[in-house]
Amino acid sequence: MKLRLIRIAVGLTAFITALILNVPDFPVKFILYFASFIIAGYDVVIGAVRNLIRGRIFDETFLMSVATVGAFVIGEFPEGAAVMLFYQTGELFQNYAVDKSRRSIKNLLSIRPDYANLKRSEEVVRVSPEEVSPGDLIVVRPGERVPLDGIIVSGSTSVDMSALSGESLPKDLGTGAEIYSGSINMSGLITVSVTKSAGESTVTKILSLVENAVGRKSESEKFISKFARYYTPAVFFAAAVIAVIPPLAIKGAAFSDWIYRALAFLVVSCPCALVISVPLSFFGGIGRASKEGILIKGANYLETLARAETVVFDKTGTLTKGVFRVRETYPAEGITAEELLKTAARAESHSSHPIALSLKAARPSDNPAEVSEVKEHAGFGVSATIGGKEVLVGNAALMERAGMIPLPPSLAGTPVYVAKDGKYMGSILIADEVKEDSAGAVRLLKEGNIGVVMLSGDAYAIAEETARSLGIDRVHAPLLPDEKLGKLEELLKKKSKRGALVFAGDGINDAPSLARADVGVAMGGLGSDAAIDIADMVIMTDEPSKIPRAIKISKKTLKIAGENIAFALIVKAAALVLSALGITSMWMAVFADVGVSCLAVLNSLRALRGGKGSAGKKRPPLQKPV
Amino acid sequence: MVKQFELKNLCCMNCAREIESGIAAIDGVKSSALNFFTQKLTIEAEEDKLAEALKKAAKVIKRIEPGVKLREI
Repeated sequence: MKLRLIRIAVGLTAFITALILNVPDFPVKFILYFASFIIAGYDVVIGAVRNLIRGRIFDETFLMSVATVGAFVIGEFPEGAAVMLFYQTGELFQNYAVDKSRRSIKNLLSIRPDYANLKRSEEVVRVSPEEVSPGDLIVVRPGERVPLDGIIVSGSTSVDMSALSGESLPKDLGTGAEIYSGSINMSGLITVSVTKSAGESTVTKILSLVENAVGRKSESEKFISKFARYYTPAVFFAAAVIAVIPPLAIKGAAFSDWIYRALAFLVVSCPCALVISVPLSFFGGIGRASKEGILIKGANYLETLARAETVVFDKTGTLTKGVFRVRETYPAEGITAEELLKTAARAESHSSHPIALSLKAARPSDNPAEVSEVKEHAGFGVSATIGGKEVLVGNAALMERAGMIPLPPSLAGTPVYVAKDGKYMGSILIADEVKEDSAGAVRLLKEGNIGVVMLSGDAYAIAEETARSLGIDRVHAPLLPDEKLGKLEELLKKKSKRGALVFAGDGINDAPSLARADVGVAMGGLGSDAAIDIADMVIMTDEPSKIPRAIKISKKTLKIAGENIAFALIVKAAALVLSALGITSMWMAVFADVGVSCLAVLNSLRALRGGKGSAGKKRPPLQKPV
Repeated sequence: MVKQFELKNLCCMNCAREIESGIAAIDGVKSSALNFFTQKLTIEAEEDKLAEALKKAAKVIKRIEPGVKLREI
């Protein structure tokens, strides 16, 4: 880069000297111009000859060499030298722009840890992460990047996982907690028992995913490749026609004039601006998304995402937390809520059923000792003896069987009825909790004119109520796992031809649906390898609001790529016409080539930058969870 | 067997694409991927043909872009 700068400077000096010297064209001026040309552009000519030998004509160096050498041949020395100088300056800028984008990408991806502090009997040695095996102990000091996935065996700390999940708030972790490679240890000294080798660890997976994403080409990229294949030879042919036909056909037309026009035409024609800037825009968009904890597995998916027309959410684990909680208590007259909960929790104290767990979570510090004769009645509930009295905890059928009339609660959820000593005590409503940002995600999608559908395996009343609280009006429930896929097929048939259907699930039970949708999104990817493997897009955190965010990024990326395509094609088309008509000079032509490339590359860098709602700014929950 | 290389001075997108497909065509190479932006080349080859394939790959790179420096990572 420096060498090129010096060459341009020397070439420019020779050029200006020739321009201001008042001597005849031959030999002094010619020598100065030619020296300027050679100093600035010898590598271009050599490259062109080399490519020609290998049978690769129609590339940039060839076009430039033909144009500049041609200018010398027809006696336009200043033009030949100037165009080469201008071209090299443009290349310098373009390299700078590419270099800058490479550096930004490197920064973005520089989350790979370079060493691990391996604990060996007495001492701690610094080794490369590849040398550590699962089962080894490593020490992570404050400020260091966690090199491998593992479990904290001693110490506690807060970690910054923003590089992995885009979540900027540090997370507190103590002994026994899982810790992921690529996160940064913020405060305490911890010892970690390694669970995965370097190649298998989270950070490696994320990086290879992002790096390989460019392998899956978008439609626009494929278009550019195809376009370039036909375009360059076509332009070359057109240039030959311009150089030869008019001088023969038009009376008084000079060959040199038309050759000059043809050369300018050639210079403009180089498709570089498109070839570099479009893939760069896509890579930038993918990089941007990964910074926010959204992994998009290919430029093609990014492109499809921008056409999203419908987003189908699975309910449990995606829009809701998938954890059952006691939501409401309905004690019968003369009974306190406290008594009701306590009795139910005690009777269920030996069970590990999700409902039992939620009851116990509501009354954690109870003593299960005085409970005896616990019996599970499959499909009904449990009975137990507490303090000598028989307690029944279960569904409505259990109550009816014991001769009591259960009072179903008005809210949706799973009701659990409690009776003690033959007397009805009341009911407890257990329900799944909606995630904080679910309603916000639905609202953002609807604002973007994207349809939202919810599928659920739960009873219709439960699903419908959750949907209503989130503002979703299209609900399909109850669906068995294979019915979900059928429903998805139905929705796929209904969508418009251009539109895309996005399916978001937790990645565990939804594999067929994830595969079938145009874009399958797995939630909660951090720590779930299966989800990362099967989905087209992985959201590292549990936040559904990342889906509208990803769509926004994809739209922005496509807009930038589109701008580049339109800008390059319009400028080039105009320059091609102007140079064929002989209105423009070769200088303009060089600008139309390298200038446009530079601007397009710089424009595509915007795809990498955050903009509104980027990582670091946490959107407050838009609606309180119910 | 997967090997990764860094390609310094890789400065043309078209060349990157040609190198990628040129290497993919080598006998014994299962896949080759060259990321222009990270300048990273990933070659997946059959174990017994790896050494030979890498030699050929270096030649392909040299032919398409002579200025490129290859470094294994």
